[in-house]
Amino acid sequence: MKKIINEMKLRLPAVGVNEAVARSCICAFVAELNPTVEELGDLRLAVSEAVTNCIVHAYRDSLPTDRNANIYISVRLYDSREVSVEISDNGCGIEDVAKAREPMYTSTVGCERCGMGFLVMESFMDSLSVKSTPGKGTTVLMRKIFKP
Amino acid sequence: MTEDVIISEKDGRLTAALKCELDHCSAKRIREKIDPAVFMYRPETLVLDFTDVHFMDSSGIGLIIGRTEVAAEVGAAVRLVGLSDGLMKLVRLSGIEKISGLAVTR
Repeated sequence: MKKIINEMKLRLPAVGVNEAVARSCICAFVAELNPTVEELGDLRLAVSEAVTNCIVHAYRDSLPTDRNANIYISVRLYDSREVSVEISDNGCGIEDVAKAREPMYTSTVGCERCGMGFLVMESFMDSLSVKSTPGKGTTVLMRKIFKP
Repeated sequence: MTEDVIISEKDGRLTAALKCELDHCSAKRIREKIDPAVFMYRPETLVLDFTDVHFMDSSGIGLIIGRTEVAAEVGAAVRLVGLSDGLMKLVRLSGIEKISGLAVTR
């Protein structure tokens, strides 16, 4: 049975500057597992995509000053060298998760989104699950196991 | 605040040297600086220099595709230079190397 060795919870307002904040916090937090540069790069990228989705999609209709537009991040480290990252929002939700996960699908027009967010998370992490309720929000759960 | 991008022009070659982590937040600022320069100089080649980019997410891919389209409007081709191994991993996943008018040299 794997055991949790450390846990972190973050709540960040859904503003652009917090994409970098979330990446930095998570990288600092997983440092005790001594991941390789490549593993850390993969994790940074996946977190950046998930947080960007919250800002660009989930809270697309929220004003930057909306104090209820928050991104909730929960990170757990396990003694099995596994890290789990859960990123959730209370935003607009996704009507069709399967469609949203299709590579190169994007719901936005004219803001240069290339529709790769979920593809990146799936490719660079070991597992990805997406749960969403339209009008309530979305939760993305990703796991990565660092090499021994 | 330091510049996100430094733009220079020489002999029909417009170079945009990117100097920041490239995410959704910075990509918007960068394209607002590159696009007017493309229309002003109307270069033959637009070089995007990633030497000083230590992180890029898919917003960077969107930025590259977008600049390729803008460059095509003035008949310019886009060349990517200075991509690290980490950045190349994302570039390969995206398949943008196959876009016409876009060349990747490391």
